[in-house]
Amino acid sequence: MATLEQTLEEILNLAAGYFKVPRAELSPDDDFFTKLGINSLQALELLTRLEGHFHIELPDYELQGVSDFRTLAERIQSRL
Amino acid sequence: MRSFAGEAVSWNLSGSVVELTLHRAPLNEIGTATLAELEHFAAALAAVSAEASALLISSSLPGGFSAGADLRELFTRSEQASPQERMSGVRDFLERIHRVMTAIDCSPLTTIAAVHGVCFGGGFELALACDLMIADKTARFCFPELRLGLIPGFGGIPRLKRDVGNAVVRDLLLTGRSMNAAKAQAAGLVSQVAAEGAALRVARATAAQIAKFDRATSAAAKRFLKPIPEAELQRERELFCELFARPLVQEALRKFVQSASALPYLP
Repeated sequence: MATLEQTLEEILNLAAGYFKVPRAELSPDDDFFTKLGINSLQALELLTRLEGHFHIELPDYELQGVSDFRTLAERIQSRL
Repeated sequence: MRSFAGEAVSWNLSGSVVELTLHRAPLNEIGTATLAELEHFAAALAAVSAEASALLISSSLPGGFSAGADLRELFTRSEQASPQERMSGVRDFLERIHRVMTAIDCSPLTTIAAVHGVCFGGGFELALACDLMIADKTARFCFPELRLGLIPGFGGIPRLKRDVGNAVVRDLLLTGRSMNAAKAQAAGLVSQVAAEGAALRVARATAAQIAKFDRATSAAAKRFLKPIPEAELQRERELFCELFARPLVQEALRKFVQSASALPYLP
């Protein structure tokens, strides 16, 4: 199973690629709404892509209050 | 009327297929303007049905199929009304939208919802009125009404119960979580999953297949397979009104409308 750091790295790569932000500009503790410049609809798009990428289901209520990549990775890690 | 171009919806009969397109920004919220045009469509549906085999419903907006009822309009109208006017207004709206949904549900045409992105609340209920749901990989289905102290009110629960197991209904309704296209297909809700942006193309191909069949036979098969759950639909309207009458609903609507949260679409 992937480690938390590996999962985090995959999330950062996926987010950078999908939202066309240079990967080097993203850090684990960044607020992804601010850093990616996304709204709630785009957050749902990100959720859909993460579910597809990791082959998991992540109920959206688990994202309540989550805004940084590291916590997001922890939520995903708990579903792997 | 073979075609119509409105503020919220448009439709066009081409060959044997009627295409109804939703296009009211920001995300096809269903309020009085959309309802009036959907009623216009429902009235025209009987006439176009004589010439067509299939009805496709889709959205031309990038965000998705529909975010559901227009909660901002609902809140604003409720704020301005007396409690009696508020309840009679909601009851009237529900009865009108139910007539539209039932007209689509029991149309002799084979009806297909081509879904992408957000398909929430009343939008999900519109898709559930269709015979087939074709979703692209971005589609997400959700009944977020419980966070407002409500249940779905456009006929969603009886129609969802008709199509899938009760455990799936409870999961969606009682958690308010959204479900992606793959999960919805596994649950039996979505018949085909298309690539991103390809749901309408796949729906058109399906409509072309449907057009090969004798229309009367397709209509007879549909009547046999898909009864309208009239009693449950009526009970749903009554329960919705009972719940809507409580002050906590108005407060929840106020909170939603005034929220500056970045996550209004997340339950």
